[in-house]
Amino acid sequence: MRELDTSQFFEPLRDALLRINVDLPDDVVRALMSAAEKETGPAAREVLSTIVKNIGIARHKRLPLCQDTGMVWLLLRLGEEVVLTGEPVRKVIHRAVEAAYTEGLFRKSVVADPLFPRTNTNTNLPPVLHVEFVPGDRVTVAIMTKGFGSENKSGLRMLLPTATPDDVMNAIVEIVRNARGAPCPPTVIGVGLGGTMDAAALLSKKALVRELDDVHPQAEYAAMERELLSRLNALGIGAGGLGGLTTCLGVKIASMPTHIAGMPVAVTVNCWADRKAVIEL
Amino acid sequence: MRSISLPLTPETIETLHAGEPVALSGELFVARDAAHARLVALLDAGQPLPFPLQGAVIYYMGPTPTPAGEVIGSCGPTTASRMDPFAPALLAHGLAGMIGKGQRSAQVVEALVRHRAVYFYAYGGCGAFYASCVSENHLIAFEDLGPEAICRLVVRDFPVVVANDCHGASAFFEPG
Repeated sequence: MRELDTSQFFEPLRDALLRINVDLPDDVVRALMSAAEKETGPAAREVLSTIVKNIGIARHKRLPLCQDTGMVWLLLRLGEEVVLTGEPVRKVIHRAVEAAYTEGLFRKSVVADPLFPRTNTNTNLPPVLHVEFVPGDRVTVAIMTKGFGSENKSGLRMLLPTATPDDVMNAIVEIVRNARGAPCPPTVIGVGLGGTMDAAALLSKKALVRELDDVHPQAEYAAMERELLSRLNALGIGAGGLGGLTTCLGVKIASMPTHIAGMPVAVTVNCWADRKAVIEL
Repeated sequence: MRSISLPLTPETIETLHAGEPVALSGELFVARDAAHARLVALLDAGQPLPFPLQGAVIYYMGPTPTPAGEVIGSCGPTTASRMDPFAPALLAHGLAGMIGKGQRSAQVVEALVRHRAVYFYAYGGCGAFYASCVSENHLIAFEDLGPEAICRLVVRDFPVVVANDCHGASAFFEPG
């Protein structure tokens, strides 16, 4: 068994959060620049060129790309041959999130309860933390800072088990069509298929962790991702919703076994500021 | 790009047409969800508001904390439709403009025509960019709301697009 002291989580997690809120991953910057180059709609061209300018200013001045520095979403993948020692890992993770949001001058956007009471925790705590066991001795943490302009446009459909791939794609297209310009297109779309309602929702987040130019290993899903991207861009919503060629930068699908009676379809909409990282410990 | 001075005059509002990019200079009031609920509660109770609505432009935004030596942190627009239930009452009391991102409800679009007001689209997600357009930032009400408090900003050449004008036109693309 590999022993890992939980104090090892603090710095890499804090530093990744400090980085992703001011500096987008290369795959996302490349996709945005290429969208800006090929755009023909005058309004969308202006939106994309402002986005490219904004990325440069944020990087140079170390200012958050967007004032919505998000709710922190984490997926801890823990190797089954690893024993964690020291302080409880959840506490270390919480300390790292709070440190990043304080040091980085990020907006604290989390309220203590959805209703009772809806008061700001002033620390951006808690994050949404998922833990998953995986074979081997590797430990990784996937990280996203999730803005809510886009999160609010996410959705879930419980389709019939007899739904065809086309029915599934129609449901996804409908969610993106209804979102119009609100989630800051060009968006990145994470799709979760199968499992139970909650498992599908989690899959739709896990799918977003993949790099934009990454191709799904299963041919049918790879084809579906390509077709969805082209159908979503054909909607014409465009950058900012002002009409244009690029409504989405990428569509990523993740799936798992499900029940004979069901076809859960979850869609997480992410804004162009697709802030994500994976750290390994 | 045409320069527009704030607060807006009725004459200027009539000249604004959906789709036109303009640069705003002057005074903006920052308010979002929780602040809107309070503003409308004050109106309903017949109480005075923390700032005069006549000719005013509200910016739907909640900034990041201000770095040392700067005027404001990252300060891009938030989704406007969340303020749709509150906007018609404010427009009826003289609000002349709003800045945000995303489409508005049919009720807001109709209220813009009825009360001769305008909704501007600001570049979504571009908070670092907009910080350089803000020259003054004063907290004026609801400090307890933290990033949702009401502030008065002075902006210079703050670029936006006329999204919904007082003539009923929209710059947003309607997907088929």
